Amino acid sequence: MRAYLIRRLLLVIPTIIGVTLLIFGVTQLFDPYERASLYIRDPRQAADINEIIRKYGLDQPFYIQYFNWMSQVLRGNLGWSQSMHMSVLEALVTHLPATAELALYSAPLIIIFGIFLGKLSAVNKDKAIDHATRVVAIIGWSLPSFWLGIVLLAVFYGGLGIFPPGRLSPWAEAMIASGEFKVYTGLYTIDAILNLNPAVFLDALMHLVLPVTTIVTINVALIMRIMRSSMLEQLGKTYIIAARARGLTSKEVIDKHATKNALISVITISGILTAGLLSGMVITETVFEFKGVGYFAANAATQLDIPAVLGFALFAGLVFVIANLIVDILYAYIDPRIRLG
Amino acid sequence: MSKTKLKLEESPRIRELKFILARMRESPLSILGIVIILAFTLIALLAPILAPPTPGRDPYIIPRSGYFPEPQPPSPEHPFGTTEGQYDIYYGVIWGTRSAYRIGVLVVTVSAIIGIVIGSLAGYYKGIVDEILMRVTDVIFAFPGLILAMALVVAFGPGLDSITLALVLVGWPTYARLIRGEFLRVTSEDFVEAAKAIGCSDLRIIVRHVLPNSIFPLLIAASLDIGAIVLIAAALSFLGLGAPEGYADWGQLIALSRNWITGRPGDPFAYWYVYTIPGLFLFLFVMGWNLLGDAFRDILDPMIRRR
Repeated sequence: MRAYLIRRLLLVIPTIIGVTLLIFGVTQLFDPYERASLYIRDPRQAADINEIIRKYGLDQPFYIQYFNWMSQVLRGNLGWSQSMHMSVLEALVTHLPATAELALYSAPLIIIFGIFLGKLSAVNKDKAIDHATRVVAIIGWSLPSFWLGIVLLAVFYGGLGIFPPGRLSPWAEAMIASGEFKVYTGLYTIDAILNLNPAVFLDALMHLVLPVTTIVTINVALIMRIMRSSMLEQLGKTYIIAARARGLTSKEVIDKHATKNALISVITISGILTAGLLSGMVITETVFEFKGVGYFAANAATQLDIPAVLGFALFAGLVFVIANLIVDILYAYIDPRIRLG
Repeated sequence: MSKTKLKLEESPRIRELKFILARMRESPLSILGIVIILAFTLIALLAPILAPPTPGRDPYIIPRSGYFPEPQPPSPEHPFGTTEGQYDIYYGVIWGTRSAYRIGVLVVTVSAIIGIVIGSLAGYYKGIVDEILMRVTDVIFAFPGLILAMALVVAFGPGLDSITLALVLVGWPTYARLIRGEFLRVTSEDFVEAAKAIGCSDLRIIVRHVLPNSIFPLLIAASLDIGAIVLIAAALSFLGLGAPEGYADWGQLIALSRNWITGRPGDPFAYWYVYTIPGLFLFLFVMGWNLLGDAFRDILDPMIRRR
């Protein structure tokens, strides 16, 4: 296991170099004056663009520029975000808890529903229940997330007056601003528990219902589909026939043997789920004005706030690389063929 | 002379096609998908008849009747109502179908061609070309597609052309990898060795012998991607990075509805038509392609296909 771990960790380095090269490649599409905004730490610096171009060698060859840019990125300098009036790193850190809170509730629900529906579908292959689950999944997969969000808002917020957009009601925000409610993690539902404040907890939860529903509906099909096909694959294997021949009941065969092995493929697909979540956050947070990193990035994009968009892309790339690292390690932990192979 | 007539052996490709068609007929969902896609194709083809444009004007610009900010409900003159700023929703969704096909087909075709060329070279010559391709695709795969496309659109400047270009740049690696994989499989077959032995040029071997045996999965995968591409393009348009206001584009029409979600006091669904109708068009279009894609995936999956 240790040899595998070291090999896998070392592989992260070239991937991260690749990801940064790609982002840097995108920066090369801008002229040096626009690119200079990536190096500004403070709006006062913007006065002397030529100085920045000279200082960071923006008129120098590709590799020198990349080196200069990387040394800034490694120091956490991602440039100045005009749309947020703060540094890009600061903006990302400020918006991160909201996104983390969405992910905290969405991801487990996607995985639980996906596994349940996929298993249900596979066990009843070609029966009515299989067709029904697949139709539901295809509908979810095909729904444009921004449209689903709008329709949910129209029905529940516009029509019924519950589940408002945003993260908190004004009174709860005022409570935070007054210092009466202490922010520990920035994840308001968790902070509310730490503050022993059920009212804020309920308020934050009410604001989470619609965005979480949107993200879960759109992404559940991914897990469902992989669970269904890998379950079907397992059910066709000889060890299942052997288990049945030994006289195990259908339920035992499915629960103890097939499901366990089918779950492995769900783990391998979780990396792709992370990508789906990150893309989904951009749209969903925008529709619900849920001020996380996705909202920040989409807002920055419409204002052509270049450093913010590239900073977010870099952040998304890193999250994805780390997610895949975790998936691979988990996979190796579960499946000895990987770590010993 | 011969006692038994030689039975013409069916080509495996024809047999495969027959198998797929037979399985498609058994699946009501894939037929529904085909019907939806055909309906949208008809709408796109008949757009000039269904919603005649004013002669001499760009047909993709939605005509507007006035500049009144409040959307107007469906009426004989505007069958689906109007958006804020009085753009006709009916005209917008009809010509929006053409916009969707234009961007979907264009992105798929161009990325497939790039993918085929690069994937073929990597799969045929292997070595350093292959190594570089795999590392480049690894990196592009390491990004959520929408986010990379968004950064590229910002770099190119907002607009539909930027979205098209960005989606091509994000999309080709998938196809290159697919073709490369098929090439690795096919080039190890005896007939390729035979072609090499009789002195065929590399180009001839690639084009005449390997490509016809490896392009089939790509054609299916690429054409089924049209729905997904239209969905991402619409999302970028919705964010305000696509077509200029008034252009016939579903994503943009949905974006125009954002101020009218909550309706009027006492009548919460007063403006239902502004978000429902363009959204339904986009949703059905994407679902048509996904229904077909889902059926294909099951048919083509070697692990579960013949059970």
